[in-house]
Amino acid sequence: MQTYSYYPGCALERNAAVYHDSLMAVAESLDLTFTEVEDWNCCGATEYITIDLIPAYALVGRNLALAAEQNCNGRSLVAPCSACFLNLKKTDHYLAQSPELNRQVNQALAAGGLHYDPGSVHVKHLLEIVAEDVGFEKVARAVKRPLYGLKVAPYYGCLIVRPAFDGTFDDAEQPSSLDVLMRTIGAEVVDFPAKAQCCGGHMTQISEEVALHLIHQLLKNAVDHGADVIAAICPMCQLNLDAYQDAVNKHYGTDFHIPILYFTQLLGLAFGFGEATMGIGQELVDARPALANIQSKPLKPPRRKRPSKKELPMPPKLQEV
Amino acid sequence: MMPQERIGVYICHCGSNIAGTVDVEELSSWAGEALRHRGVVVARDYKFMCSSLGQDLIAKDIKEDKLTRVVVAACSPHLHEATFRKACADAGLNPYLCELVSIREQVSWVHTDKVAATAKAKAVISGGVERVIHHEPLEPMSVPINPATLVVGGGIAGIQAAMEIADSGFHVYLVEREPSIGGHMAQFDKTFPTLDCAACILTPKMVSIGSHPHVTLLTYSEVEQVDGYVGNFSVRVRKKASYVNHDVCTGCSICEEKCPKKVVDSVFEAGLGYRKAIYRPFPQAVPKYPVIDAENCIYFDTGKCKACEIHCEAGAIDFEQEDQIIELNVGNIILATGYDLFDARRETQYGYGRLANVFTSLEFERLTNAAGPTNGEIVLRDGETKPKAVGIIHCVGSRDRKFNNYCSVICCMQSLKFAHLVKERTGAEVYNFYIDMRTAYKEYDEFYQRVLSEGVHFIRGRVAEVTDVSNTPEEEERLVIQTEDTRMGKQRRIPVDMVILSAALEPRHDSDEIAHMFGISCSVNGWFIEKHPKLDPVATMTEGIFIAGCAQGPKDIPSTVTQGAAAAARVLGRIQQKELALEPIRAEVTEALCSGCRICNNLCPYHAITFDEAKEVSVINAALCQGCGTCVAACPSNAISGTQFSNEQVMAQLEGLLMLNMAEPVLA
Amino acid sequence: MNRIVNQPRGPTTQGRTFSEEVIAQTPGDDPRLSMCLQCGTCGGSCPSGADMDYSPRELFAMIDADMRGEVLSSNTPWYCVSCYYCMVRCPQDIHITDIMYTLKRMAIQEGFSQESNAKDAPDFSETFIDFVENYGRSFELGLATLYHLRHHPMNAMRMATGMGFDLFRRGRMNLLPTRIDNIDQLQAILAEAKAIGGNGDANL
Repeated sequence: MQTYSYYPGCALERNAAVYHDSLMAVAESLDLTFTEVEDWNCCGATEYITIDLIPAYALVGRNLALAAEQNCNGRSLVAPCSACFLNLKKTDHYLAQSPELNRQVNQALAAGGLHYDPGSVHVKHLLEIVAEDVGFEKVARAVKRPLYGLKVAPYYGCLIVRPAFDGTFDDAEQPSSLDVLMRTIGAEVVDFPAKAQCCGGHMTQISEEVALHLIHQLLKNAVDHGADVIAAICPMCQLNLDAYQDAVNKHYGTDFHIPILYFTQLLGLAFGFGEATMGIGQELVDARPALANIQSKPLKPPRRKRPSKKELPMPPKLQEV
Repeated sequence: MMPQERIGVYICHCGSNIAGTVDVEELSSWAGEALRHRGVVVARDYKFMCSSLGQDLIAKDIKEDKLTRVVVAACSPHLHEATFRKACADAGLNPYLCELVSIREQVSWVHTDKVAATAKAKAVISGGVERVIHHEPLEPMSVPINPATLVVGGGIAGIQAAMEIADSGFHVYLVEREPSIGGHMAQFDKTFPTLDCAACILTPKMVSIGSHPHVTLLTYSEVEQVDGYVGNFSVRVRKKASYVNHDVCTGCSICEEKCPKKVVDSVFEAGLGYRKAIYRPFPQAVPKYPVIDAENCIYFDTGKCKACEIHCEAGAIDFEQEDQIIELNVGNIILATGYDLFDARRETQYGYGRLANVFTSLEFERLTNAAGPTNGEIVLRDGETKPKAVGIIHCVGSRDRKFNNYCSVICCMQSLKFAHLVKERTGAEVYNFYIDMRTAYKEYDEFYQRVLSEGVHFIRGRVAEVTDVSNTPEEEERLVIQTEDTRMGKQRRIPVDMVILSAALEPRHDSDEIAHMFGISCSVNGWFIEKHPKLDPVATMTEGIFIAGCAQGPKDIPSTVTQGAAAAARVLGRIQQKELALEPIRAEVTEALCSGCRICNNLCPYHAITFDEAKEVSVINAALCQGCGTCVAACPSNAISGTQFSNEQVMAQLEGLLMLNMAEPVLA
Repeated sequence: MNRIVNQPRGPTTQGRTFSEEVIAQTPGDDPRLSMCLQCGTCGGSCPSGADMDYSPRELFAMIDADMRGEVLSSNTPWYCVSCYYCMVRCPQDIHITDIMYTLKRMAIQEGFSQESNAKDAPDFSETFIDFVENYGRSFELGLATLYHLRHHPMNAMRMATGMGFDLFRRGRMNLLPTRIDNIDQLQAILAEAKAIGGNGDANL
């Protein structure tokens, strides 16, 4: 049983409540318990740091200080949202690097009776602890209803794999941990080279055209490769690809109807939980038609084309995560 | 009280290098007075002590003032120790009675406070004076030079070096790890800027080496151990079993033809082609004998097959053959072990290893080579489609803090060459993506002009990514190169069919082990370290070991050939001297004090210490010893002393540095 | 004439150049702004690069040339989506995204943030943090309403009846903001932080 300090973030309160709920449902199967950071505040997303530096770091600093006090499991703090994850990790990292920044931020925290020593908390993303601490073998053992026949495009987005502080988890360009995880629960993982490209973040509010271009690129790439569903690990990505799919279709004259589900929802379905429990139906682009593709037996793998005599060999692949 | 020495102290201004920070006139008047009671009879300062006039000052004083010791306070001994020793020797004073103290690298160049620097310089000079009192006159020892030479690495650098030495009539052992000599150059198609066919200019040299009366060619062999010292190295070489008897093999190649086991050739074909389990790397291989790759051979795996043996008319296959250990004695060694290519799979955004039609530079060389896997046809990885548009990316893995923060020197020219070949053979649209165009040598910029005139597109912009994510119909099913074209500051997406990555040159991935085996060092980037980067690029800090070619740093073929020849010249110079004077700076064991604990035996980096079982004491081979001092420091019984670094000398220098020798106590 | 003339060291704090100021206000060990090779990897990688007035690379050249006004009134920092592609690919390890945040802050503080075609962006961030400072949590409905009514009123109507309504129907939208218990503590911390920050110049 592994216990983690848990930082849900504002999105998981309501907009991405299914992410939180599905995680809590599958936690036992993964042998995880979460202790929510008491009275946590917003991490500031990409907004606070735009306005004022020290307050932005102090805002995140309060959460780190509270988590450190809580002291769970060697002080590992887990965030399911990639933006929260990055803010927590980046703040801790720069406080450690810059003594002057650390001094100023701690001076601010002291005004609230708090203190934070950089490095006291190990910040991790939810996907990271599932892939590394829980491990794929344990996940496989929890699978009761493999998602055979469901074609999944695993979507990482940016902030879980970039920037690469302190040897980041998974590859910054073509990560593979979520691919392996989806395969572990029986799904067919399609090739999805845009898997770590940007969803646009808050550009939907600043320049909708730029955002729609990016969202269109992602949806098109997933659909081009035959995906039934896109698996997301961040509420911003889920919102952009889901809620703006209609706008993309109108703008580009496309006809995308590909649902975006959180990876925890897919885990839950594979662990035997029902659709209602997993919050299926909360997504704007209905997932039920896609989920109907799930078979009870694994599909026969497609016949491999015989390589022609002239074909030149490819170099071997580097190790997957 | 022993008779005092007569010491001369000489302080150099070194222009303003020293005089700018240290009060040199003050120093010389101080030395003449404050150290008179220690034996200083003359103290002078001069603008450039290393000049002839400066040296004359010392010589004159030696003769007229009958000096018995000399202290020169100037630059680091690395630079002018030899100069001043020679000046003393010419004037009749044993050169080892001259001591150089650095008041430049250790004082004026590292301090800005003039008062403090001058005070420090005084301490340094005082230390030098105290030390030199304890110096002994020494005579260098001579060792004979074995006229044979070992060249490690059979690429163009090693071949050039070997040829020059062998042509001069001296014997060379050329050891090469692969089954044939030729190195990376043998893999290329054309070479820049002349567009000479690589094989055409290389193979005559290879053939010449292969049949040279003064060359022993040891291919499919590796050096395992090196002992000894300059003039007298003993080297153990392992000649790997090739399972082919060279005495009877005719080189007819039937065995290769009949062998049923095909393997991807990841060395010579850069992974782009196949070879058999019994193979010659390429048709013009020297020597012509094939080798059996036992790891991939059906017979060695299962006991079946033996097709080669069955079909060999000369009966040359010998499955019982074993590795041979060969002991060599040589006087000098040249390391010409070459480079490895950067693994472009690490730069994930360029897609090598994931996207089929992204190729590395070495893969592309094999593609264009007429003897390569496609007979010289430039085609995609399906082996047949001709590309309509090709992107060539410079600086892959070079000039990058995440991979190699140096420039690989040859990639710009190589990329221009590729552009030219693609244009010439396919007529495709060609795009080169670069940060800077580095075409610095003879005829290189002219080559750039030529390729410009051939209609190649040159885009100044480091490629952001090579992707198969398509946004528009033109991009479907193609590779897209995304970059900022910094010429007009616009982001561009350029669809192409093929991408060539000019990958960085890296040190051999086992260069650390090789360096350790030969007793030399690697730089922070992994290249072998030369004695001096500007003035002595082919020698190393270890006497008798020379380096040449890309092992010393990335370079083009002309520079490689030049270094090979330079190393050969150095070796030939040594050989014809017949004898070498070794620095008499070495350690000595005082038998009476040695307890036989043998702690020193394994500490010596030069394997110079052995144990005399009969006397039960450790013995230092004076010729092998380089005077590093490790054993002197380690000996728990204080039984080892170093000439020129004796305990008395070191302690005296310390006392001098602390100014404990002053007539009146010196306040700190 | 568009010639750029070398600026004298102006009324910047402690006689620093524009470049030195940007470095001083960027967190972390060393953002390495002076190491730019002008290779263009950043501009090439940027998802919104095609719509920026200047690519990050161009902006760095302009910073080096002390073109303060042009830099701070460009839309470039506002179009940065914080994807960090530039930062992980930069061969000189320059902390590009962090520098973009610094430029955003400087643009607001020095009054240039209304000059570019991204002039709505600062208000989006300011409205966001207003809620955070009052409640300790973000409040999407409030943010979207205020922001769109202020800047894109037609958009507001469209979204309210379209996406906004769909999200609300599925229970993905809070009608009221949530307040944390120790909001006083947070406000005390933020007030102190603002006082220390000295109106933006953290001088790190």
